[in-house]
Amino acid sequence: MKPQAKLAADIGGTFTDIVLEHGPRRWSGKVLTTTQAPELGVIEGIGLVLAQSGLQPQDIGVFIHGTTLATNALIERKGAKTAFITTEGFRDIIEQGYEKRFDHYDLMIDRPVPLVPRTLRFEVRERLSADGDVLVGLDETALEGLAHKIIAEDVKAVAIGFLHAYAHDAHETRVRAVLQKLLPKDVTICISSEVAPEIREYERFSTTIANAYVRPLMASYLYRMRDQMQAMQFTAPLFLMMSGGGLTTLDTAGRFPIRLVESGPAGGAILAAQIAAECALPDVLSFDMGGTTAKICLLTDGEPERARKFEIARAYRDMKGSGIPVRIPVIEMVEIGAGGGSIARVDKLSRIIVGPDSAGSTPGPVCYGRGGTEPAVTDANLALGKIDPEYFAGGKIALDETAAKQALKKNIGDKLGLKDFWPAAGVTEIVEENMANAARVHAIERGRDISRCTMIAFGGGAPLHACRLAEKVGVTAIIVPKGAGVGSAIGFLRAPVAYEITRSAVVSLESFDAARVNALLKNMTHDARAVVEPALGQAKATVQIIADCRYIGQGHEIRVSVPVKTLNGKDGVTLKAAFERQYEQVYGLRIPNQEAEAITWSVTVSSPAIKPKRVAKAKPKPAPPPRSKRTIYDPALGKQVQAPVFWRFDMQPGATIKGPAIIAEDETSTIVGANFKASINSLGYIVLERRR
Amino acid sequence: MSKDALAAIRTQVMWNRLIAVVEEQAQSLLRTAFGTITREAGDLSAGVYDTQGNMIAQAMTGTPGHVNTMATAVKHFFKHFPQATMKPGDVFVTNDPWLGTGHLFDYVMMTPVFLGKKLVAFFASTCHVIDVGGVGMSAKANSSFEEGTLIPHMHIRKAGKLNGELLAIILANSRSPVEVKGDILSLVSANDTGARRLIGMMREFKLTSLDTLAKHILTQSEKGAREAIKALPEGEWSYEMPLDGYERPLLLKSKLTIRRGKITVDFSGSSAASLFGINSPRTYSHAYAVFGLKAVIAPHVPNNIGSLSCFDLVTEPGTIVDPIRPSPVTARHVIGQMLADSVFGCLAQALPGTVQAESAGPIWILSLYSAHGRVPPEQTANAKRFAVINMGLGGIGGRPGKDGLATTAFPSGVGTIPVEVTETQCPLYFKRKHYLADSGGAGQWRGGASQLIEIANRENAPFAISAATFDRIHHPALGRDGGLPGCTGAARHGSGSDLPDKSIHVIASQDSLVLETPGGGGFGNPALRDRALLEADIAAGLVTLAAARRDYGFEG
Repeated sequence: MKPQAKLAADIGGTFTDIVLEHGPRRWSGKVLTTTQAPELGVIEGIGLVLAQSGLQPQDIGVFIHGTTLATNALIERKGAKTAFITTEGFRDIIEQGYEKRFDHYDLMIDRPVPLVPRTLRFEVRERLSADGDVLVGLDETALEGLAHKIIAEDVKAVAIGFLHAYAHDAHETRVRAVLQKLLPKDVTICISSEVAPEIREYERFSTTIANAYVRPLMASYLYRMRDQMQAMQFTAPLFLMMSGGGLTTLDTAGRFPIRLVESGPAGGAILAAQIAAECALPDVLSFDMGGTTAKICLLTDGEPERARKFEIARAYRDMKGSGIPVRIPVIEMVEIGAGGGSIARVDKLSRIIVGPDSAGSTPGPVCYGRGGTEPAVTDANLALGKIDPEYFAGGKIALDETAAKQALKKNIGDKLGLKDFWPAAGVTEIVEENMANAARVHAIERGRDISRCTMIAFGGGAPLHACRLAEKVGVTAIIVPKGAGVGSAIGFLRAPVAYEITRSAVVSLESFDAARVNALLKNMTHDARAVVEPALGQAKATVQIIADCRYIGQGHEIRVSVPVKTLNGKDGVTLKAAFERQYEQVYGLRIPNQEAEAITWSVTVSSPAIKPKRVAKAKPKPAPPPRSKRTIYDPALGKQVQAPVFWRFDMQPGATIKGPAIIAEDETSTIVGANFKASINSLGYIVLERRR
Repeated sequence: MSKDALAAIRTQVMWNRLIAVVEEQAQSLLRTAFGTITREAGDLSAGVYDTQGNMIAQAMTGTPGHVNTMATAVKHFFKHFPQATMKPGDVFVTNDPWLGTGHLFDYVMMTPVFLGKKLVAFFASTCHVIDVGGVGMSAKANSSFEEGTLIPHMHIRKAGKLNGELLAIILANSRSPVEVKGDILSLVSANDTGARRLIGMMREFKLTSLDTLAKHILTQSEKGAREAIKALPEGEWSYEMPLDGYERPLLLKSKLTIRRGKITVDFSGSSAASLFGINSPRTYSHAYAVFGLKAVIAPHVPNNIGSLSCFDLVTEPGTIVDPIRPSPVTARHVIGQMLADSVFGCLAQALPGTVQAESAGPIWILSLYSAHGRVPPEQTANAKRFAVINMGLGGIGGRPGKDGLATTAFPSGVGTIPVEVTETQCPLYFKRKHYLADSGGAGQWRGGASQLIEIANRENAPFAISAATFDRIHHPALGRDGGLPGCTGAARHGSGSDLPDKSIHVIASQDSLVLETPGGGGFGNPALRDRALLEADIAAGLVTLAAARRDYGFEG
């Protein structure tokens, strides 16, 4: 019989989370991330969960892995020495970027520094037009000299990006073929037409360079990880979580490691999608709040929204344009500097400011007693009674409530004339408002009505703030799943094996060239299948096609679903109608008599979705007696209230309690607001509903 | 106590919410706009106003020239359409340069917001449309009547019904009616988006009016600005900048007075208005003069009428910074975007050692056209018709402690347009676009590098370029505190000869257009530059060895 158990590892900046599932049972562990050799932390964590479960390596049927290693290498600039080869006359595009200030009034901003310095940016004589015409032929004679320079500089990775290569890859592939013969075997070569074949040269070049920059490091890590697993007698295949929410093979991950950035948060979104399926929720707001940031993601028809642009290493976390853009499939989410460690202060206008900087784990919030002096969100939650100091993190970290209150008084209260618990109330209210605003702006960028969503809250911080955030954005129902603290790693186990390929091809929807589109899509589907099918075994792959459409003359697109079949001329009309429906839904009007076009096509091939358990109706059960009572501040009432404290696992499916209340567990506490009631559903999830 | 505390926190929450609402409004505009200058470069703005027309919040997305002019543009609508006469579903429009945002290309759209039947706020937005008729994006007109079609304050939508007749007039007077229609509808829908969110917010907070909130925002912002001004030394400082001008060189004179918490910039004595369209209407002059002051003095105070009102402006009617109708104004940013450097010249004396050197100034807007109608028809018989825009951005001045940013718009907030986007719109192609060596002024902190751009036509046909905004060709961005000037700009045919003036020029078939944008001025004595930084610049090719020896005293 095939081994059945499933193992997941999520390497974060501070902690490595491990989850092991076997049938209905689950074991989880958290160990410190071993930055120098991250595989060691994973091995340690695996040892822990295997010991807990009594299972052997041979019992594991699949191992799924996500890591922030690529992201950290980019943020800390610890990738390979990389060279960039581009069209003659354009070596500075990558540094000029958008040529725009991302903050108008701050005269001292720095623009993102490119990963490749000017001295390692080389030009080749060649030029293709937008239509693919050869304006300047490729000068192959110069490539040998170029190879010598690259060798002399001891470069380990080469990125190639030519103008219009998103549609015309002849020169890029030719230069790669020549250089492969001239350069040592260990030099990685990436071409823009493979890594990110999309129009807009800066973003495409940036993505290609970032991929080349992390590839030596990531490939070496991934193969070390594989070797370690083999040495431990693991026979399970290793899959990697990608930022787009799909899994891929080790080899593909090694070729396109840029697709692994933000894989942890993607896992969280996948978890939310599973819960949405179990609970039959079409519109979901996934809210994942950790120590440093909060991630907010919207699901439509139970699926997270996808995008193809992400910014790495923003100098100013919340400031668009201050980071390195990469065009890769990502789960569309907004990440803001609002976590348990986010620092609170008062600005010159007597306004409370929270984050985006975080106290992290060292020194951490004041209440950790590790030298932190600036109050953080966790200090405010403690001062408001929302966290029980004796049971924080399962009782493993003792919290100093007095110190937290003093810091809040000194840094916030004294400056604003606020007494008692009010400084803390101000801090939580502002951080909740920051998250609410980020969620709202994110929703409009996606064209969504947030108030129709059910919130799914996970990550250590989210259950503490979920009710208030829900009130602010008009959400009336919230679900807190089991195992919320290791939600991302659980999400890895629910992800499909999937691969997305994107190509730019401008096609009019009025005079629809079906033959061209069919040829393009067939090609893309074939390529995506080649990545996915080896991992599927007997299962049949599913195909999804999206066309990004816009009115001719616009620069931003709306995603329109394309039927998976051989298209004919009339399908242009169908696509146009679907586009206009969606356009009107988002922007409130249509542009009459205006032609539309599809710009970018994407094909996703994935393993069939796992059929979720459906939630069943739970028979009403009596509420358990509370374990204790605490005084907490309820922001909706604007005053302190007495709240009973329930232990989560005392509550049976079907049990219901009324807010205000606290439902405590080892990794977090769920605050039930005065306007909410809480019940446990048949799957053991906490369901919070706004009372009428 | 508790009630007050709660109220204070709620007020702040609502303030943040308003900022989020206008950001939504701006994003909606950016995503639906047709003109590349709006959707790629970000030449737009969005804001919310109280019932008296005071701007209370503006979006981060946008550009100062639009934001600060729109701050006053809204009130002008009331003279023709008193608030009491406005109905739900109304939207008003104008592109009057003097009462809007400074030239005919910017349509200002204003939408009253009603809660039930009660007027509670206004949303306004603006963006630069690609064509409004007249002589096009050119400075060569001698009066605003030649520059295009002016739409006085009018309804573009009345009680929910689009004013088709007005729209028809606007479109009939544009060379690019499709794009203009799209952009006008985008503006309308962006305001609607903002209005929907505001109503949602007012219901959530059970507000029946924004008055209290508006008052709080404006009072706090004004207080923040006043406190920043109070911290400044008192006195009077003057600065003179010679400018290229169009038909003759110009002088920009400024005098900064800081006294008893009041700050005034006086541009009296500046040159008389040009005969050509580079004049900056007072509202636009105000926008950039105040931008320059605020960026140095109170950068983090929110930008609204409360903080903006702390800065006073004096101008003489009939000058380049306050032209009278019908002076031409299409390329008004040629003067307007010099005003930040002008007030920096005064501030650098008031606050020695803290103010950056001069920058490239006005953005070079590359308005590129097919040559139809500008050459004998046989030369364009088989040529594609097009009108596209790209940007030529120069360097920003060196800063105390940091080099100036290379090829970045300043004080404008726009960005560039990708080469690949422009090349899919027309048969033109860029032969080169890269940093220009020795373009940033030498200094302890080097001025930002500028760039060289060369453009040619793939078709065997001529094309045309408007040189309206190509400035600092004769007068470079000066250095500060011993720093040297940045390079001057240059605009020429690939075959050699310079474009003679700011009018529209034809580039012959097989020839090309070569542009060198101006560099930023240096900050501080070049001899003091860190040798490691200098050597890195030499290695990167941003400073040549010859220039290093000459300007920095480099011994290597």
